[in-house]
Amino acid sequence: MDPLEALVTQIQGLSSTPSDVTRLHTILKQSDDSLRSDSTRLSPLLSQLDPSLHSLGFLFILDASTAGPVSKTQAENVVPIVTRFIGACSAEQIRLAPEKFISVCKRLKDQVLLLEAPIRGVAPMFTALRKLQVSTEHLTPLHSEFLLLCLLAKCYKTGLSVLDDDVFEVDQPRDLFLYCYYGGMICIGQKCFQKALDLLHNVVTAPMSTINAIAVEAYKKYMLVSLIRHGQFSTSLPKYSSSVAQRNLKNFCQPYVELANSYGTGKIAELEAYVKTNAEKFEFDSNLGLVKQVVSSMYKRNIQRLTQTYLTLSLQDIANTVQLNSPKEAEMHVLQMIQDGEIYATINQKDGMVRFLEDPEQYKTCEMIEHIDSSIQRIMALSRKLTTMDEQISCDQLYLSKAGRERQRYDFDDFDVPQKFNI
Amino acid sequence: MDGDDETSGPMIDEIYANGDDGDKRSRRAIMSADHLDIEAYAGLYGGRTKIMRLLFIADKMNNPTTQLEALRMAYDEIKKGENTQLFREVVQKIDGRLGPAYAMDTAWCESVDRRAEQKKEKLDNELNAYRTNLIKESIRMGYNDFGDFYYAHGQLGEAFKSYVRTRDYCTTSKHIIHMCMSAILVSIEMGQFPHVTSYVSKAEQAPEALDPITVAKLRCAAGLANLEAKKYKLAARKFLETGPELGCHYNEVIASQDVATYGGLCALATFDRAELKSKVIDNSNFRNFLELVPEVRELINDFYSSHYASCLEYLGNLKANLLLDIHLHDHVETLYDHIRHKALIQYTHPFVSVDLNMMANAFKTTVAGLEKELEALITDNQIQARIDSHNKILYARHADQRNATFQRVLETGRGFDRDVRSMLLRSNLIKHEYNVRALRKL
Repeated sequence: MDPLEALVTQIQGLSSTPSDVTRLHTILKQSDDSLRSDSTRLSPLLSQLDPSLHSLGFLFILDASTAGPVSKTQAENVVPIVTRFIGACSAEQIRLAPEKFISVCKRLKDQVLLLEAPIRGVAPMFTALRKLQVSTEHLTPLHSEFLLLCLLAKCYKTGLSVLDDDVFEVDQPRDLFLYCYYGGMICIGQKCFQKALDLLHNVVTAPMSTINAIAVEAYKKYMLVSLIRHGQFSTSLPKYSSSVAQRNLKNFCQPYVELANSYGTGKIAELEAYVKTNAEKFEFDSNLGLVKQVVSSMYKRNIQRLTQTYLTLSLQDIANTVQLNSPKEAEMHVLQMIQDGEIYATINQKDGMVRFLEDPEQYKTCEMIEHIDSSIQRIMALSRKLTTMDEQISCDQLYLSKAGRERQRYDFDDFDVPQKFNI
Repeated sequence: MDGDDETSGPMIDEIYANGDDGDKRSRRAIMSADHLDIEAYAGLYGGRTKIMRLLFIADKMNNPTTQLEALRMAYDEIKKGENTQLFREVVQKIDGRLGPAYAMDTAWCESVDRRAEQKKEKLDNELNAYRTNLIKESIRMGYNDFGDFYYAHGQLGEAFKSYVRTRDYCTTSKHIIHMCMSAILVSIEMGQFPHVTSYVSKAEQAPEALDPITVAKLRCAAGLANLEAKKYKLAARKFLETGPELGCHYNEVIASQDVATYGGLCALATFDRAELKSKVIDNSNFRNFLELVPEVRELINDFYSSHYASCLEYLGNLKANLLLDIHLHDHVETLYDHIRHKALIQYTHPFVSVDLNMMANAFKTTVAGLEKELEALITDNQIQARIDSHNKILYARHADQRNATFQRVLETGRGFDRDVRSMLLRSNLIKHEYNVRALRKL
């Protein structure tokens, strides 16, 4: 009997109970090499297996059969098979061999990219990600792949659904870096600048022993988004970020640091001139669009500052102070900002005056109370999490042994002092 | 308030005219830059500072007659001393414009230099003799003489070194104070104000009680040092503490008039209303100084009684003169800005709404200019108000505590949320890294 035939029979026989599946897993691992050598003959076997019932076996054979390089036409055939498998497979079985599953999914990504149709990979990748994930707090290597596909397919909204989950458990730092970087880009695309800032912040401040390209690129975007969102940027990173990042990141992003400095002076003309002279550099980093948003945010920032000082101001004066060309342009800016809820104002077109109002929010509505309540709940949950985490760490063997070793040294000193006094 | 000279006006006018009645008051002759009486000015000072001040004026003046006048007096003054280096500089600056009487006097220079050479040798010999005999007091005197010698010849660095060297041979606290005073004098001439501060504190630590004149001198020196360090408030305090005993005893550094001007301006720029009243206006000591410079006294009183227009006018008239002051010239702009800002803030403080036209009138400026100034102050959060640019009215703004609290609470919550999340994430990453390392070790 052909060993492959036998394997298929075993797969079919051993796919029902968990203990059988575990046995099958060992068998499959043993025959992995022989599967790989026979990779050309494997495709027909797949038709004999049911992806939902024999997920584990299907996975191994699929992995082996797609291992080699594929041409465009082959990819055309493989993509539907993988997609169908991801949709049908059982989560329990594939979690036994996550690395196989991940490699299959990564190949799917490569193939849809080869076919120049990233959108075909978005939905399957999302399903795959959910099936592989133990809990929503767990970051899988598929997260970054999924976000990359979303970015390429411009399905930002789909990407956001994953970004809404809070991630705490990470296996590989690289996954997190990419996840946060791509996530930041998606949020920028959706103009959720605060969220983007948080994600990019995670990259920049993550512990790292050497500087990496992802962090550098993230830092560039972080600076720009920070300017858009807060109108300022301080080059000093928080203390908890790694010393490598604190020391080196700035040096890789000189044009951006200067951009931030120029922004800080509050002079539009200067900023625009700077952007113009350095457009190539920003273009090269494909950040030019974001840089342009920075420039336009400066107009907004300046108008917002006016609301702090003035109750009424003519459009002409606004145009003058903010350095816009005409009152008409100023009106458009103000209108846009009122629409976006960034300022509270009314425009009187008759005499060309803008009347700035206070924030009408009185913190009295039911919605606001609900919002506050949900915030409190969220914080409480977070604080509970913090406590559990603290407990976990204080029970962690590695931590205790390390902390204990240091403690001893202090004890010795403590012990030393009274002795001296006795003499 | 100054309401008694306009009794005919209705009450309401008087209130609106807050700070705007400067014109009605009798004008006093205010000296202006063109009329700066150099001779009188120079008469206030003695020693090296007189020359330096004259030269400084000559440098800053654009008016050639006054410039030459200053140079001429400097020339005469130098001739009395022994500083040939300075002499050559002045002659170069005069450049023959004052006729043959003020040309280069080579013979004088040479004779002075020769005598200096001889005197130096003599002092050197004397000092060496003292040193071999190890008589402390004589060595101190020797170094002191050297200091005086170098000072007279304009070698300030050497003079400072010599004076400081006497320190090791001081036996009484009187000697120490003498040493400190000499060091302070030279440091001020050199512009080394950090030295001044340290020697002032050293002198003040002397165990014996100091005589009032020395105390006053030390206060002045400390005031100058603080002024140069841009610590205007401290400088004001020091000048205000200066006792009237100062008189003209310290004219090699500072005149009583200067104490009034420096102290008055610094106080105006940095003190709040209560302090201004208690420490300046009601300060009987300082009043003696202020009497010497009526302009400063008047402008302080005007400021306190909210006659801003007249106060600012006095300031404007004084400005040209102050810019010619060797110590104050760098700080005039900053102090003036401070004073003006304080005036603006004080003016708006008691009102719920202020008519900008009135206010501009009171400050003798245009509404547009005033708006700009106010805008800067509001942005700086020094005035809590908003401008109604349509009706030209400034409305005080009362922060809604309740809303602000809500806002802050929500913001803090968001910040906490964010921080904790990223912290948990980081700690997990660190844990991961630690595990990787631990595995590698195994």
